[in-house]
Amino acid sequence: MKYIKFLLLGSIFGIVMAKSEAISWFRIQEMFRFQSFHMYGIIGTAVILGVIGVALIKKFKIRDYHGNPILFSPKEDSVTRYLAGGAIFGLGWALSGACPGPMVVNIGYGFLSMGIVFFFALVGTYLYGVFKNWLPH
Amino acid sequence: MIAGIMFFLLYFGQSFGFSSNLRTICAASGLGNRVKFFDFNWRKQIWNLMFLVGAIAGGFLAKEFLSTDGPVQISQATISDLGKLGFAAPESLQPAELFSLESAFSVKGFLILAFGGLLVGFGSRYAGGCTSGHAISGLSNLQLPSLLAVVGFFVGGLVMTFIIFPLIFSI
Repeated sequence: MKYIKFLLLGSIFGIVMAKSEAISWFRIQEMFRFQSFHMYGIIGTAVILGVIGVALIKKFKIRDYHGNPILFSPKEDSVTRYLAGGAIFGLGWALSGACPGPMVVNIGYGFLSMGIVFFFALVGTYLYGVFKNWLPH
Repeated sequence: MIAGIMFFLLYFGQSFGFSSNLRTICAASGLGNRVKFFDFNWRKQIWNLMFLVGAIAGGFLAKEFLSTDGPVQISQATISDLGKLGFAAPESLQPAELFSLESAFSVKGFLILAFGGLLVGFGSRYAGGCTSGHAISGLSNLQLPSLLAVVGFFVGGLVMTFIIFPLIFSI
């Protein structure tokens, strides 16, 4: 039962992603070609509201529903891993037109070939796990 | 809406980051025995897997009950640029040239989808997050690493779009 809320949030996420067309390869291409405001509007709105909300949480020390403080664990300091990892991610994002969330929304939407992309994203994650210690971080 | 989802997850004591699921699924498949990176208590991440299942259901609901299923209204400039690479103007959300089953099971089509997925999976874990974790959650918290990651996303995306696409999709 305690998982139902996450199932519900996930469905809302899926519907929003699909209806906003953020799961469309065409929209991602348009974004990387800077030919429309569409994707920037979606991500930008989320970030602006996010910045305001996170600031409020910190200022008023808002707690979660367990009563625990909401903490933001800072990511480790590094430049290489974020730029290099990010760039590899970006190559795949532009090629497949989907980041991990939209991949599965696409599968639900009926684009079953996105299952191939998702499966290989798992393989990619596995390869990272295998080669992690040899990579500069 | 997306920010709202992030706040609900924070309120439920979790955080918004979708690509962690990829690692969780690897761990749940028993790969932790072989690779230490996947040796962790993945059951704590079941909430996120539920979010993933919900996202699939959401895609289905959007298609079945909320869809007008028209072509994506992308800009004329994009249609014309993609036309030069051999892509027809949109007829639905995704180009048939890449995502029709016929294309997906051709050698070239399969390799494109497979490489795309491989890069996304590898890159998101290397960078420690994807669009939801870095671009949305991370930037909302004004984290420098997330800004770097987003710069990386665009470096990769632009290289793919402007340098590699003309090579692989040249007619």
